[in-house]
Amino acid sequence: MAAKDNKQSHVESNSRRDFIKNSGLTLGGLVLGGAFGGLLNVNSKSKADSADNKSNKPQLTANPNVALMFFTQEEYNLTQAAADRIYPADDNGPGAKDLNAAIYIDHQLAGSYGINAKDYRFGPYYEGRETAGTQTKMLRKDIFLTGLKALDTYSQKHFKDKFTALDTEKQDKVLTAFSEGKVKLYGNVPSTEFFGLLRSLTIEGVYADPMYGGNKDMLGWKMRKYPGSRMNYNQEIMSEKFVTLEPQGLNSHMNH
Amino acid sequence: MAKKLSKVPVVVVGMGWAGGIISAELTKAGINVVGLERGKERSTADYFMGHDELRYQHRTELMQDLAKETITHRNSPDQRALPMRRYGTFIIGDGVGGAGSHWNGQTYRFLPYDFEIKTMTEKKYGKGKIKSDMPIQDWGITYDELEPYYDTFEKMAGTSGETVELYGKRKNDYPTGPMKKTPTLEVFEAATKNLGYKPYMVSSGNLSESYTNPDGIARGACQYCAYCENFGCEYGAKADPVVTVLPVAQKTGKLDLRTHANVLKVTKNSTKATGVIYVDTMTGIEYEQPADVVVVASYVFNNAKLLLTSGLGEAYNPKTGKGTVGKNYCYQVSSGWSTALFDNQEFNTYAGAGALGMEIPEYTGDHFDHKNLDFIHGAGIRMFQYGNRPIANNVVPEGTPNWGPEFKKASIKYANSWLKVASQGASMPHINNYLDLDPTYKDEYGMPILRMTYDYTDQDKALVKYMAKVTNKIAKEMGADHIITAGEQGPFNVNKDTNTHNTGGVIMGADRETSVLNSYLQMWDVDNVFVVGASAFPHNSCFNPTGTLGALSYRAAEGIEKYLKDGGSLVKVK
Repeated sequence: MAAKDNKQSHVESNSRRDFIKNSGLTLGGLVLGGAFGGLLNVNSKSKADSADNKSNKPQLTANPNVALMFFTQEEYNLTQAAADRIYPADDNGPGAKDLNAAIYIDHQLAGSYGINAKDYRFGPYYEGRETAGTQTKMLRKDIFLTGLKALDTYSQKHFKDKFTALDTEKQDKVLTAFSEGKVKLYGNVPSTEFFGLLRSLTIEGVYADPMYGGNKDMLGWKMRKYPGSRMNYNQEIMSEKFVTLEPQGLNSHMNH
Repeated sequence: MAKKLSKVPVVVVGMGWAGGIISAELTKAGINVVGLERGKERSTADYFMGHDELRYQHRTELMQDLAKETITHRNSPDQRALPMRRYGTFIIGDGVGGAGSHWNGQTYRFLPYDFEIKTMTEKKYGKGKIKSDMPIQDWGITYDELEPYYDTFEKMAGTSGETVELYGKRKNDYPTGPMKKTPTLEVFEAATKNLGYKPYMVSSGNLSESYTNPDGIARGACQYCAYCENFGCEYGAKADPVVTVLPVAQKTGKLDLRTHANVLKVTKNSTKATGVIYVDTMTGIEYEQPADVVVVASYVFNNAKLLLTSGLGEAYNPKTGKGTVGKNYCYQVSSGWSTALFDNQEFNTYAGAGALGMEIPEYTGDHFDHKNLDFIHGAGIRMFQYGNRPIANNVVPEGTPNWGPEFKKASIKYANSWLKVASQGASMPHINNYLDLDPTYKDEYGMPILRMTYDYTDQDKALVKYMAKVTNKIAKEMGADHIITAGEQGPFNVNKDTNTHNTGGVIMGADRETSVLNSYLQMWDVDNVFVVGASAFPHNSCFNPTGTLGALSYRAAEGIEKYLKDGGSLVKVK
């Protein structure tokens, strides 16, 4: 298909069907869905297309960090939903989903943490015991993906739908089963390995410096009145009254 | 084959507190030293982005890379030891500065009682008080003999503190006054005073005021920024070998500090050590560094491991009780704490410092009567204002789930509304708690890794039960609305965050049958090897180990100088 037509479909059409038709993404009459649905959603609202941009400069969406380097879109949606049950939105403020915890998790699993680069990985591997910490050979990235699959399998089996389609009460029941090790994940790896990882990554995604992709606008810190990274608290530490400071991220040191 | 380098007077393994102090003292005396450090070079400039909880605390930026080496652990000799594949409880330093870069800065002296624990316990309570499975011993040095070395360490570090009547006599005051007594600490102070105790400000390696030490090193005061343990101090206010002893050694021009140099073994002939073999961890090239004196000054674990892999001294055998290397591995017992939660009070606990705390001395050592108790020694009952970082600190009342809506609500409500009354209990040795080489697992260089056989003892469990009542009482007096108390000590779990104060394995003493080192930390068996660190402690007290490690390092430095002059064993063999 000609590049010109393709371009037009971005600019002029908000319709997924038109995009697919014009870009020729069909095979034997079957629409190849999934991944491209997400692209379309972004691009259809984007003004980044050069044909429509007089300055002809490339432009980024507001936060270029919100993009995936590891998950498929389906896995991302599932991670968002599960993380949001670990740390839901409430009267205090946003939950894990709106704080971009799933973006954080995506980035972590794509990097050295996902491949256990700093763990001792020489064999032999034996069955663990309570006091010995984890002994599985499976990498974090694989535990996580296997766990996501198992979330859906378990949801289908017990509630006849995929995890993201369940109401929060049912989602909590699924996660509770995983947290109690009641689900077989893969080989001899218990579901607690996945749940532990989901929980810790979610908490990190909510409270780590926003540089890592989560803790959107430092709202995770703001909710708990955490001031982030500041160079001194000489005054505050002697105050009888609680002192609320606006959070600052590591980015604030870049001008020093 | 390792490439052979030219011989030097002294080679030091490890550039943390122990290696840094030895290097500074020897080079100041005009002696050439080669310092070998397996990790990288460090300076305060490394911490430009230092306030990163994820990177430094949870991804253990400053710690030994477990992909290269770890330890194995089992709770008892009949179990198969399994490798510690990730960090859980210990944090093991790596790089120039070692654990002296990532520590909190709590700088205590041990008690006179610690150094003569066997003699004093038997004198007061009779011989039956010490059970046959608890191989405690006197250290071969008294508090009074060690006092000048403590003083030297504190003056070098600029330690901030106040004198405690109940503790060992001090010839001089602390070089700088105590840290700020914050409103948060005053809650603990008022409660403990009401209960009749005498709380004191813990002595600190985070400077309370600017200070210039006897070596001419000037450092600024602590800013209470709340990033100490697991972090390096970008400001240089925290005492760290990188901003104290190492620049002094380097300025002499006599310290040849080589980074990325991981020592694999000490070489020897029939009577003496002849040097070390090390590998450049970046290139894999091996070197042999001959030396007149070998100083093993790495962390507790690698000190024991190096002796064992080099065949220095006799490995401890728990079945026969023979041998000394690996014996008396000790830890600390940290259960017994109480966390006080307040419904309507918020504290500025996002701010803090690693050694900003108060403690009561009444339950340390033998300062309370143990006649009717089934344990000896005691605990430091203390409250610290470290600065609560948000990933690590999500305290909720008992019964709250650890995820979900209730968790979020409670963890935010109490984020700035809890205070922890901690108990740091002394750790006595047990015949089945020891270190040896693992028969199965190897490190990246093909050397066997260290195997730890360790579990809490009946003594530890009794101590924790006792201290839990004290901490609970204090938390109540503080006016808590909810209290969580860790009333029992469970089994040792290598995966649970409790404490990183490992000691023993290469212990000092007065008797060569029951110790590896004399009181200069010189090996009884091979007199040109000195093994410096908390590995020399025959038991662990209820205080943080660095002050005592520092004092012993200064004494060892003096011993090495003497040895280079006169040779031979520095202490008469008993």
